[in-house]
Amino acid sequence: MNTQRPKAATPPRFSATFDPQAIAEIQRAAATGIYDIRGGGAKRKLPHFDDLLFLGASISRYPLEGYRERCGTNVVLGGRFASKPIELKIPITIAGMSFGALSAPAKEALGRGASAVGTSTTTGDGGMTDEERGHSSILVYQYLPSRYGMNPDDLRRADAIEIVIGQGAKPGGGGMLLGQKISPRIARMRTLPEGIDQRSACRHPDWTGPDDLEIKIEELREITDWEKPIYVKVGASRPYYDTALAVKSGADVVVLDGMQGGTAATQDVFIEHVGLPILAAIRPAAQALQDLGMHRKVQLIVSGGIRNGADVAKALALGADAVSIGTAALIAIGDNDPGLEDEYRKLGSTAGAYDDWQDGRDPAGITTQDPELAARLDPVKAGRRLANYLSVLTLETQTIARACGKSHVHNLEPEDLVALTLEAAAMARVPLAGTSWIPGS
Amino acid sequence: MRSVDLEESSVRELNGELHRLTPETNETRWVIEHPQGKHAIACGLDAPVTVEVKGHVGYYCAGMNKHATIVIDGNAGVGVAENMISGEVRVKGDASQAAGATGVGGLLVIEGNASARCGISMKGIDIVVKGSIGPMSAFMAQAGTLVVFGDAGEALGDSIYEARLFVRGSVASLGADCIEKPLSDEDKVILLRVLDRAGLSAGSDGFRLYGSARKLYHFHVDNVDAY
Repeated sequence: MNTQRPKAATPPRFSATFDPQAIAEIQRAAATGIYDIRGGGAKRKLPHFDDLLFLGASISRYPLEGYRERCGTNVVLGGRFASKPIELKIPITIAGMSFGALSAPAKEALGRGASAVGTSTTTGDGGMTDEERGHSSILVYQYLPSRYGMNPDDLRRADAIEIVIGQGAKPGGGGMLLGQKISPRIARMRTLPEGIDQRSACRHPDWTGPDDLEIKIEELREITDWEKPIYVKVGASRPYYDTALAVKSGADVVVLDGMQGGTAATQDVFIEHVGLPILAAIRPAAQALQDLGMHRKVQLIVSGGIRNGADVAKALALGADAVSIGTAALIAIGDNDPGLEDEYRKLGSTAGAYDDWQDGRDPAGITTQDPELAARLDPVKAGRRLANYLSVLTLETQTIARACGKSHVHNLEPEDLVALTLEAAAMARVPLAGTSWIPGS
Repeated sequence: MRSVDLEESSVRELNGELHRLTPETNETRWVIEHPQGKHAIACGLDAPVTVEVKGHVGYYCAGMNKHATIVIDGNAGVGVAENMISGEVRVKGDASQAAGATGVGGLLVIEGNASARCGISMKGIDIVVKGSIGPMSAFMAQAGTLVVFGDAGEALGDSIYEARLFVRGSVASLGADCIEKPLSDEDKVILLRVLDRAGLSAGSDGFRLYGSARKLYHFHVDNVDAY
């Protein structure tokens, strides 16, 4: 009989603090001496729209018949001061993404898809291309700190102007486009040497603060004869005051981008640790508009992590007039396609996690300036996929709105919502499910 | 000659009239009376006309100018001739911050001094300042020529790309990646061409050239002190 006691075996134990991801990042930083740069938005778990539920109709609320009774989805943007406001058929727009960050076929696909369903696309850092203008029936022209490619002709041929103060992935940070994506055409458009690691300015060169912004908006209106709606886009950080100051400065539309909103390239530490999740930003922004008597007069567009019609409906119910999508639009046209898994693995990634948009080696042909890779993306087919996706988002939004008894998606309201977590209840300022308790109120 | 009095007309009415001018217009000379420091005067012009502003102007006068010649007979506020594409803007007095910011082309002449950030993010514009310029001028300057007869403030040309900066006076300090460079014959030709366009007969003597060391064009840990 063996009386020897078995040796106690302690299984390997990983630290919750120094988890494998943290250890790998320390090792990577030590090896390279440079911070990690990637594309996309925050990947950490955040309070989000999934933490909210709609109540739907009941004895005291009367639903609308699906497929029979109309539920409007149109939205007019820019009626405050612009003599030519724009009208979208759906409350979902395509966010600003540059030619440079994206390939020409990708930009064309976005334009085709958005135009097919009656909504807008947006330029990005680097200016407007003829192809982009040609394929977008409604095009918003971004006015960025870098002013790459900025010119009055494009201002006049745009349908609206978006002054970019910041974006959700990096409030307070400028753009970044690494050398491998500075092709000869991109370099010409941006007046930069080819192949350099391009740094865009983080603040505008010729104005500082809200009083100056008001004068800058006045100039842009003068240049365009007060025709174009002027948006002001901010990354979500101080949404109440930023919204109030944008209104005070004369904006027609406020665009509010949460930290889940994507970027073409930025430091991972910036993406994950600066800014607010969009769930925490909508109510303060809407409150600012209400306090100023400008809710629905100055429109609020929110973005950052919109994936489905439920997200759209929840954003609208919290006070937005429309939402904007970027990452989801790229996925719709082919980004992170499982069919490209072998190629993602060669790049050290996997479908569903690929975020090295800064490298310009995107096998889907979307976040690249490599002509061979870009040629893989069929802009007609990709545009159709985007149109399909936008239609689904709209149908889903209508489905929920009808269930809540709304004849227009803008009639959704906070009263239609409850929260599943304390955090979401506090951020969205709706009751914890099954209670009448709104933390903090 | 058309005369517009901004005590009687609004800036919006003035700019609307100026924007309706075509390249073939025979209304090629305009005089603006009583500007009173108003903002956005004569911005967004796109015709080969001459506009003389009789007095001081506020922010963004002559912003995004194309083809027009605009003369400001006074001082100019922030961002005069910002993002100019072509044409000429001349300030007979001093200019505030961000003069010629992000300008793509054309010529900006400031007969007095210019404040901070003169030529910030310039992208091909030529700027001549007969006086001195303030700090952080030519920050992230990408292309074009900045000529300064007087002195330059601190951090001249910080993070500069390929613009050329000619300064005849002293330079308080240079910004990151900006260095003094030898004045080649090609540089002298460029300098003299700009001075000639500006109607100045000065030679290249006494000017020193500053430009990019091109060490920050790529991210590298060894450059971390410069960021």
